Amino acid sequence: MNIVVLAKLVPDLVEELEIDDSGIALDMTWLRLIINELDDHAIEEAILLKERTGANVTVLAPDIEGVDDILFTAAAKGADRLIKIVGDYESGVNNLGLARVLTPVIKDLQPDLILAGVEAHEDLDGSIGPLLAGYLDLPFIGYVASIELEEGKATATKEYPGGLSAEMEVALPVVLGIQVADEPPRYVAVSKVRQAMKTAEIEELEAGDFDLSGGPTIDRMYQPEVGESATIIDGSLDDIADSLIGIFKELGVQ
Amino acid sequence: MPIRETFWNIPHWAEIAQYLVGLLTILIFSYGVIRRVRRWLQGRPQRRIDRIGSRLWSVVVQAVGQARTLQDIYPGIMHLTIFWGMIALLIGTILATVDWDVAHLLFNVQFLTSWVYVSYELILDIFGVFLLIGLGMAIYRRYIIRPDRLANMPGIGFKRDDAYVLIMLGLIGITGYLVEGLRIAVAQPDWAPWSPVGNAIGNAFIAFGDPSNRFLHYALWIIHILIAFVALASIPYTKFWHLIAGPVNIFFRSLEPAGKMSAPTSEEEPGVKEWRDFSWKQLLDFESCTRCGRCQDVCPAHASGFSLSPRDIMIKLDTFIWQPTNGRNMLGDTISADELWACTSCQACVDICPVFNDQLSSIIDMRRYLVLEGDIDPQLQDALANLGRYGNSFGKSERMRAKWTKPIQPKIKDARRDEVEYLWFVGDYASYHTSMTDKTLMMAKVFQSAGLDFGILYDGERNSGNDVRRVGEEGLFDMLAEKNLVTFSKSTFKTIVTSDPHSFNTLKNEYSENGNDHYSVLHYSQLFDQMITSGQLNVARKLGYKVTYHDPCYLGRYNGEYDAPRRVMSALGCELVEMPRNKENTFCCGAGGGRIWMEDPPEVAERPAEMRVKEAASLSGVSILVVACPKDLVMFQDAVKTADLEGKLVVKDLIELIVEATEMNLSETEEQN
Amino acid sequence: MNKDILVVIEHIRGEVADISYMMIAAARQLAETTEGEVLAVLMGSGVENLAGNLAADKVIYFEDPQLADFTSSTYQQTLEILISEVNPRAVILGHTSIGMEVASLLSAKSDLPLVSTCLSFSGENGLIKFTSQLYGGKILAEGLIPEPIALLTMVPGGYKPEDGQSSTPPLVTTAAPPQFTDLQISIKQYIEPETGDVDITLQPLLIAVGRGIQLEDNIEIAEELAEAIGGVVCASRPVVDQGWLPTSRLVGKSGYRVKPKVYLALGISGAPEHTEGIAGSETIIAINTDPAAPIFNIAKYGVVEDIFDLVPLLTEKIEES
Repeated sequence: MNIVVLAKLVPDLVEELEIDDSGIALDMTWLRLIINELDDHAIEEAILLKERTGANVTVLAPDIEGVDDILFTAAAKGADRLIKIVGDYESGVNNLGLARVLTPVIKDLQPDLILAGVEAHEDLDGSIGPLLAGYLDLPFIGYVASIELEEGKATATKEYPGGLSAEMEVALPVVLGIQVADEPPRYVAVSKVRQAMKTAEIEELEAGDFDLSGGPTIDRMYQPEVGESATIIDGSLDDIADSLIGIFKELGVQ
Repeated sequence: MPIRETFWNIPHWAEIAQYLVGLLTILIFSYGVIRRVRRWLQGRPQRRIDRIGSRLWSVVVQAVGQARTLQDIYPGIMHLTIFWGMIALLIGTILATVDWDVAHLLFNVQFLTSWVYVSYELILDIFGVFLLIGLGMAIYRRYIIRPDRLANMPGIGFKRDDAYVLIMLGLIGITGYLVEGLRIAVAQPDWAPWSPVGNAIGNAFIAFGDPSNRFLHYALWIIHILIAFVALASIPYTKFWHLIAGPVNIFFRSLEPAGKMSAPTSEEEPGVKEWRDFSWKQLLDFESCTRCGRCQDVCPAHASGFSLSPRDIMIKLDTFIWQPTNGRNMLGDTISADELWACTSCQACVDICPVFNDQLSSIIDMRRYLVLEGDIDPQLQDALANLGRYGNSFGKSERMRAKWTKPIQPKIKDARRDEVEYLWFVGDYASYHTSMTDKTLMMAKVFQSAGLDFGILYDGERNSGNDVRRVGEEGLFDMLAEKNLVTFSKSTFKTIVTSDPHSFNTLKNEYSENGNDHYSVLHYSQLFDQMITSGQLNVARKLGYKVTYHDPCYLGRYNGEYDAPRRVMSALGCELVEMPRNKENTFCCGAGGGRIWMEDPPEVAERPAEMRVKEAASLSGVSILVVACPKDLVMFQDAVKTADLEGKLVVKDLIELIVEATEMNLSETEEQN
Repeated sequence: MNKDILVVIEHIRGEVADISYMMIAAARQLAETTEGEVLAVLMGSGVENLAGNLAADKVIYFEDPQLADFTSSTYQQTLEILISEVNPRAVILGHTSIGMEVASLLSAKSDLPLVSTCLSFSGENGLIKFTSQLYGGKILAEGLIPEPIALLTMVPGGYKPEDGQSSTPPLVTTAAPPQFTDLQISIKQYIEPETGDVDITLQPLLIAVGRGIQLEDNIEIAEELAEAIGGVVCASRPVVDQGWLPTSRLVGKSGYRVKPKVYLALGISGAPEHTEGIAGSETIIAINTDPAAPIFNIAKYGVVEDIFDLVPLLTEKIEES
């Protein structure tokens, strides 16, 4: 059983985001790139599946600054193979472009299961998982919260709004978009990651030229006006509390 | 002339038989010792043979002098009398052996004669009484008072082992007296009164029966000798073993500062999973444990109802090493993860152990393995992940670390750019925690108005890693320390000052390990003490408060600083009322060792912080609990609420008192609030 | 030139999701620019009645037992054919566990450009501009929707559901879906949400906690306020993922959609995942230290303060009064 997990780095929202001079992209000077949270769940799910079924896990990621860290961390968790896709990401690569490059790579890997975080907060042209499924002509199930593997098929639990979920059976190979892993992503001790850096190997594959066509173009990027619609209540804590109580009364909830 | 008549009434064959039995005893004893030593040597290496002089002195004070054992009065005296009673009798026996088998046999002289001999008899008689008094105290305590720390043991057999020691020692003492008494009754030497107990027993024999009963004497003598030999032979197999392991353990104890934790003994496999992963010294710890339970009594986790008892950790590990495992794992089956995570690393157990065990090092080594396995509390996992990514446990951007400085004018110097005398290492809690930042502002204002030349590292500071290390995440500690040290090396300063005792501890004791010790480290209480003494900080108003003070573990117990904060409070005009547990005996707030990042399990009845605030509130006339640690402030303020002491007890940071007493104008700061 | 706007109606277990009405409202606005019609696409089995209050010009209803349960393949194959027949200017889908995956699949399979997480649209001179929410709602991006056909996935916040509803039933055409091929996915069963706890969708006052609560212990301050004022505590995804509150209290895309009179958001940043679940609230009040938190964009009242300072004080005052 071969599992391929896609992981990518996205800006850390803990940092304040700023727009660069071009006005159509984030200012990357201060930005910290971290693994897309849902991709982290996808890696965890893959490792859990490996622990249950002995599957072989390959983690695939675009070669963006910091990618070695997330790949070695995955290795420390138990991933068997690490691959980064080397290319020119400087001017921005959309999901379409990435999916087109990944399609032949993944075909070569002949996976039974392809996992990715169901979305990333920077996606503007769709999510990488279903885009890949489209190019690979494979079925896709998203918002998956749990996976069971059997011979030739998988049972995925897909989450719907309102706490409802559905158990779906699907023939392998399949692309699954992970919403949450069966268990929260595990902690990896720093020394284990450092050890992985010494022992694990990251394979490099050339992306060639990205074909970004079809994605939308951004003309302007901006931070929403603070509280455009909201009436901001300020003053001392005391005053604020009093105003809030006033509002509660007015709205009839107290 | 008084002379020791060795082997009076003893036939020659018995005398020879005694030596044969003695030889057998030595063989059994030696086998036992070798077996033990070989077990230790299966542990990982650890260097403990430096500073031989200090080590020997330590043995003199602590083993011979029983200094620590005596800190607990009743058991201390109890043990001292038993110990010295037995030692005196042992010395007496050795002298007698030398007198007879060396001096008399080879040179046909005896030195146990005349006044030497009668003093010898008198002294031994008195020490025999000590022994019996001590044993009586032990029996009374163990079987009548039955303190919790002795009554409950993890497993059977220990009580029998404990009783065995008392019975054997008692029998040795009693049969010894009887043999002596009978000899006196029959021989009736002139110098009999020099053995007051033996003489009294002899008189009793004369009064009640046949004083010439040589057979009884002979039989008792054989029993006495046999018991003594059995006891000797059993030393390496019973609780008697602590007679040897204890002093050896004291000899090999760590002579490093308490605040400097040992790095993992193996780089490839940090942490302990199997017992052989412990160092030989840690294995020696387990064997030295006398199950006295003092550590359990002072353990804040145990007091709160956590499953941890440092005593049980020692006992269970010792048992595990010697008994067939039957497929049980050391971690998980014998020692649970919950026990290990309950530890607050307060060091109380280590500091009270009469045989100088280091329970904490074993706990942390096992934690190190749990961390490697990722077997950790989810909240702790978050904290560690945040510390790795952001350098603070709050998961906030490092760019927000100095956000609290915004209202301050003039701007605080950036020590990375400007040369300063004092580098203020602010710490996570003081930088980010909402109930702390106003205190942090106060400190800045006090520094500024006193004209202190200081700076901070702004976004360059990282968590110092003190508690990360104690959680068992050594790699992360190294990473944080490396980052801080690089920033330090780019900055120019003479002294680091911090309000956080945890940071204070690691910066002072553990960072120097990494090759950077051209600076000194001060706790803010020490700096304020200096500033007040030198007049740099002017106390405008004597506060006249009646306060009590909580010694932070990492300032007090770890680094011995008890006086500076007390001098500061006194200079501010505060009357200090000590809590029952103060200074060395301070009671941990429960936040250390990473506990502040973990969830309390449901079995926790009363958290350490709640017990502590109740202790403070019980002092008459005291309504202020002064703390000198950001974590204490957070923990105790919360505990005051949960223990329903609001209105009765206020928790104040030392800096608040300083601001009040110096009548500092904080209007700008207040506006911000 | 394409003019019509297709809207893919989302429904689950016999109920139209609010996002569908919002999409219709958005489509109405777009159709004005393109001078086309709003065509709603409803796929299912025996759910024709769901079309009744859609404010669309026309509803195309695909009736088929294989469409009874949602799978990305059946929806994608149905839409692929429909799009090629209708040639719409835009196809609007929800940025949800239904629409998002269908849209991405369609984009790859039919080579159609896709703009996701659209918050609102504006049209001028026949050109349509999208405003998309990126980075958890912290950044808005604007651009022109690609020609000639664009797929758009929409998040709530820009349009009101009532603007997509109509009392006059639209014209409904029933159609047969194409012959489905290569279907690999089948539904085994639905798993009902946990019950037994309070039903947060029925509460008039919800007090929501998010990542800003930091620690499980801190949920207490929200519980105390809820007790004082008579509300119920609910949470965003991170809090529930941590196991600090049960799934029955989860609000958002993957949780419940709530409609309280007052929604008090404590330390909630307002990522689209969450705001999707609270769009139906009458009044949203947000307390957050970060003045740039997107929650302030949908809140009626905002307070830029630390919840740990304000909330206990608020509780105290309410208890006093």
